[in-house]
Amino acid sequence: MLADTRPILLANARLIDPYRDLDEPGDVLIAEGVIRDVRRGIRASGVPEGTEIIDCRDRVVAPGLVDMRAFVGEPGAEHRETLASASRAAAAGGVTTIVCQPDTTPVIDDPAIVDFVLRRARDTAIVHVHPMAALTKGLGGEEMAEIGLLKAAGAVAFTDAAKSVTNAQVMRRALTYARDFDALVVHHTEDPHLIGEGVMNESEFATRLGLHGIPKAAETIMLERDIRLVALTTSRYHAASITCAESLEVLRRAKEAGFPVSAAASVNHLTLNEIDIGSYRTFFKVAPPLRAEQDRATLVAALGSGLLDVVMSDHNPQDVEVKRLPFAEAAAGAIGIETMLSAGLRLVHSGGISLLTLIRAMSTRPAELLGLSAGTLKPGAPADVIVIDLDAPWILDPAKLKSKCKNTPFDEARLQGRTMRTIVGGRTVYELT
Amino acid sequence: MNIAPKSSFVLSRRHLLGIEGLSFEEIAGLLDLAEEFVELNRQIEKKGSSLRGRTQINLFFEASTRTQSSFELAGKRLGADVMNMAVGVSAMRKGETLLDTAITLNAMRPDILVVRHHASGAVELLAQKVDGSVINAGDGAHEHPTQALLDALTIRRNKGRIERLVVAICGDILHSRVARSNILLLNALGARVRVVAPSTLLPAGIERFGVEVCRDMREGLADADIVMMLRLQRERMNGSFVPSVQEYFHYYGLDQKKLGYAKPDALVMHPGPMNRGVEIDSSVADGAQSLIREQVEMGVAVRMAVLEALSRNLPNT
Repeated sequence: MLADTRPILLANARLIDPYRDLDEPGDVLIAEGVIRDVRRGIRASGVPEGTEIIDCRDRVVAPGLVDMRAFVGEPGAEHRETLASASRAAAAGGVTTIVCQPDTTPVIDDPAIVDFVLRRARDTAIVHVHPMAALTKGLGGEEMAEIGLLKAAGAVAFTDAAKSVTNAQVMRRALTYARDFDALVVHHTEDPHLIGEGVMNESEFATRLGLHGIPKAAETIMLERDIRLVALTTSRYHAASITCAESLEVLRRAKEAGFPVSAAASVNHLTLNEIDIGSYRTFFKVAPPLRAEQDRATLVAALGSGLLDVVMSDHNPQDVEVKRLPFAEAAAGAIGIETMLSAGLRLVHSGGISLLTLIRAMSTRPAELLGLSAGTLKPGAPADVIVIDLDAPWILDPAKLKSKCKNTPFDEARLQGRTMRTIVGGRTVYELT
Repeated sequence: MNIAPKSSFVLSRRHLLGIEGLSFEEIAGLLDLAEEFVELNRQIEKKGSSLRGRTQINLFFEASTRTQSSFELAGKRLGADVMNMAVGVSAMRKGETLLDTAITLNAMRPDILVVRHHASGAVELLAQKVDGSVINAGDGAHEHPTQALLDALTIRRNKGRIERLVVAICGDILHSRVARSNILLLNALGARVRVVAPSTLLPAGIERFGVEVCRDMREGLADADIVMMLRLQRERMNGSFVPSVQEYFHYYGLDQKKLGYAKPDALVMHPGPMNRGVEIDSSVADGAQSLIREQVEMGVAVRMAVLEALSRNLPNT
């Protein structure tokens, strides 16, 4: 079907390559899995015989997205998502590289499981998959995992996924040890004791709903602690999912001090706020929680200024059984890998963020942090490329989503702009029909 | 069949899920209707027939003696067939979810479901899945609308009005659905509402609910017409939210001395069940200024009014 490996010419496109700060018209020639040529008028100067020529007039061509935080249920929760289903969702959303999280069953804390995930992905997934491995054994927060061996097996970073390492000594040692392997430590910054019984942002709105709140300090305190530890260890550190203005301030000071730190926010936190919960809509229950509009706006500004490095989907498939419950009892998490680009384009259309900035945060910057060769259209780079129609209006129908679970906060949302074609390693793996 | 109120008030909505969203007219209509039921309930013949043929199921996911028996009596006095289901000890133990329970019960075609649940929003969730009327008998820390209505009725009967009265709501505001419903209702009726509690028992943003916030009983009770005490649950008294029962009673327990800070004719209320010696002293609870027993009586009348006004809106075919 889509197994065609003929050369492809993407002609007459608007090219976006954040790696070279490039936003200009031109053509892209793809052959043998890599980007061969990028410039104006390739077609006129002749292309190899048999080249598939795709007219991309009024379309954007950009490097495929690198989603830095996605939960895939394989191994152990295949009813929620498999590498195959996640990869189909990714391809439809313009994501050419999934970075999956280690909170699987069993936990990815052993080189053999890294190997398992990579082999399963090779056999079943239609986009690239790179696992993060556990920072501590069993995500227990007590003993560090085999960072060296896991990295050698192919783990691209180390994280306890949605859990925070509360013991500062354990965190310090893990950071120190990781530095020797130049390993990136990715940390979910939420103090579980301050979360307590909380299920949404602590606010007047939570009080009106009678729901227990999670203070922003639960995040900021943990982030602040981590930055102090980075000051001790000078290790490469990435805050997995930040949500509020106070955390951005901590991040800003750390960057000004020259520490090797970066941070991501989910597309949910950049486009939604706590009021979207409305009357207990559990599809908007995510961890960390959606914050106030002011925080959302501050995150968008930080994305624009470059303070915020990465935008990720925080894809987390949850089936109906754990979502059709009272809000406090429902599982946290939202799917997002298939909608991250379209949702992110809201920020472009509303005028705040340039397309170059958005693609940088969803592709170039995460590739750079993870040491992947993706995230650019420069000649010689792997041909992981997407074609986007920036303006296509559409209404999201959850039934049409490729993910096994349909817990999307963009249910029935009006969106503008979507992926028309996704090319991975020179092969078209998705085309909107 | 001499139980028949004169008021023809109809609650033109299917469910009563909270005070939030009720109009002034709806609140006044319910209170006026309840007022009539108070008198009818004091007759020898208390049995009416307006709900004859209707099935009312009391679905309590959280144990409650007083609210459940109040709703049961209210339904029976209006002629409904009332069934009590204590779900806490049956289905939920077997792993059945809230919505499964709702769908199962709905198949039995009840006209009215009275629901209490320990999770905020759970009653609303259930209401989306059933065909009859749902009355919220308390959901988590969210709302308990019939309690607020019965409190308002009690105040109105004793003070003749609610407008401009100073009402101090004291104690565990953080976990209290009674406090939230009362704040909404009393504000809608023009009272001046204060909340009085240690800061650990005050929820975020409470100052934006149109209330004065006090951390001290002397300040909070000054010039109060009504002192409304809230229950503090045992597991919250031993160092988690307040250091000890002794310390809590010392600073926030309502005794004769603290009641003296309020107006001389101030009246004392408590939604029950009381922790004597924790949030309220027995001499106050049983004293001349206490309305606590009257609240229980008003509870039946208010629940009859709610059942009656909602059922008038139910389809008749």
